[in-house]
Amino acid sequence: MMLSVNREQKLNISFIALLFILPAVALSMDEPFYITLMTKVVILAMAGVGLNLALGLGGLISFGHAAFFGIGGYAAGILATHYMNDELLFSAFGYEYFGTDNMLAIWFAAMFVGAIAAIIIGYFSLRTKGVYFIMITLAFAQMIYYFAIAWPTYGGEDGLSIYVRNNLFDLNTLDPIIFYGICLSLLLLVTFLVSTLRNSHFGSALQAARQNEQRLASVGIRPFGIQLTAFVISAMATALAGALFADLNRFVSPDMLSWHTSGEIMIFVILGGVGRLFGPILGAAMFIVFEYYLGGITEHWGLFLGIALLAVVLFARGGIVGVIAGEVKHD
Amino acid sequence: MATLLDVKGIQTFYGQSQALFDVNLKVREGQVVALMGRNGMGKTTTIASICGMSRIAKGAIYFNDVDVSKMASHKIAQLGIGLVPEGRRCFANLTVNENLLVAARDGQTHLKHWDLQRVEALFPRLAERHAQNASTLSGGEQQMLAIGRALMTNPKLLILDEATEGLAPVIRQEIWRAVRILKDEGQSILIVDKTLKELLPIADHCIVLERGETVFDGEPTGLTQAVQNQYLGL
Repeated sequence: MMLSVNREQKLNISFIALLFILPAVALSMDEPFYITLMTKVVILAMAGVGLNLALGLGGLISFGHAAFFGIGGYAAGILATHYMNDELLFSAFGYEYFGTDNMLAIWFAAMFVGAIAAIIIGYFSLRTKGVYFIMITLAFAQMIYYFAIAWPTYGGEDGLSIYVRNNLFDLNTLDPIIFYGICLSLLLLVTFLVSTLRNSHFGSALQAARQNEQRLASVGIRPFGIQLTAFVISAMATALAGALFADLNRFVSPDMLSWHTSGEIMIFVILGGVGRLFGPILGAAMFIVFEYYLGGITEHWGLFLGIALLAVVLFARGGIVGVIAGEVKHD
Repeated sequence: MATLLDVKGIQTFYGQSQALFDVNLKVREGQVVALMGRNGMGKTTTIASICGMSRIAKGAIYFNDVDVSKMASHKIAQLGIGLVPEGRRCFANLTVNENLLVAARDGQTHLKHWDLQRVEALFPRLAERHAQNASTLSGGEQQMLAIGRALMTNPKLLILDEATEGLAPVIRQEIWRAVRILKDEGQSILIVDKTLKELLPIADHCIVLERGETVFDGEPTGLTQAVQNQYLGL
């Protein structure tokens, strides 16, 4: 391998730089709002990076990733609410658990519950292909959505408010720039892990399964196992993003679980570039820019998003990353 | 020599239409068996049945005395059947190296172990193109890659389905040279090919299919001109 840097890597590096520079500028201009906006980009991007592992590398078109996003959010909300109200969450073997406001524990819980849900959903969904897979993942997500609406303990349709931000070490997590730093670190970590996975034996097998499952089986690898693993890891990343999103808004509602959210996460991936490492990050950034700036001009900003999406699907299959950096290249 | 693969009177259907009526064949350890017959006589269906991609309705398939007829494809591959499918089926979006490494597996054979270096020594062109996407390879190079990929699983039995079809003469010679090297090393091979001139000298045993039935089962010398005229359309 040479140390030369191709165009996509250059793009990625400059984008990472922007993720550091823009908030610094906002900070120096004393505009915390923009830091919060960037935080939203970073969190939504993480959900997209998660989906991109399943969708981009595995070809698994999950239209139910909102389930994992929302489950992560509710995991954070429920743990924090119990801790805040000093209410018993569960007791086992004489040990009583009252929730937590420790971010590390919350992240772990979000990913754990997300993984369990993904194992169940994936186990059934992966037996189907194509449009059936899309529909069954959607159906599972909708089931969880309606369950959340009908569950009065945690707010039902009204959602669940978290009155304080959760804690990490001794950081002041309510300071926008600190919370941004936490989210950005996690995004970079998740992206790095996905990139490592992509270049591993597992990553090759996953891409091979996308291209032809039978061909993969004929070299002795069971596509189902590879795809389920990818689906679960993908869900865990999205659940982690959900937990952060709940912490950012200090509010969780069934909206996070709705199919609109699944669609939005998918839009990040498609806009940015399916299967491109930084695709979802660019996609999420573009989505937020549309939502915020065009949303300020007209309430029909979704129309322009739709046109942009159509343009990408029709004329630029590699998304924005594809347009800037060209086709996928191997060194 | 011990029987490696034993296909006993299999029948296979595609939906309602029956493709195989009574196919019998044996591959013994270290043998090269040629599976012959005109187009549409059931060669590829036989291979698909052996590899678990088509389910047999009747009969039995034993590999190393294990009944594989109801096994999933990946399990059969894990037992030691390495398939080089018809039509050079590589993973187009993976690089040459990735295509090979994704298949790498320790097969329990007494043969010399296959790894990246040995595959690249067998097909030096693959070494030159190791970081290239498989989709950018020529047809012949893709065929070499498909063979290399099957070898990386360290198979007890290598199945080659029309490995030289549609390739330039120079490339075909390179593939045949590789097949001869494999035979000399003691690799058991089941091979489908239309070029008898190359196939017959290499084969230890020939099977001819006609309308989904085994109609000839014997040494290449028994494949007289009359038999060839009748069943191979030559």
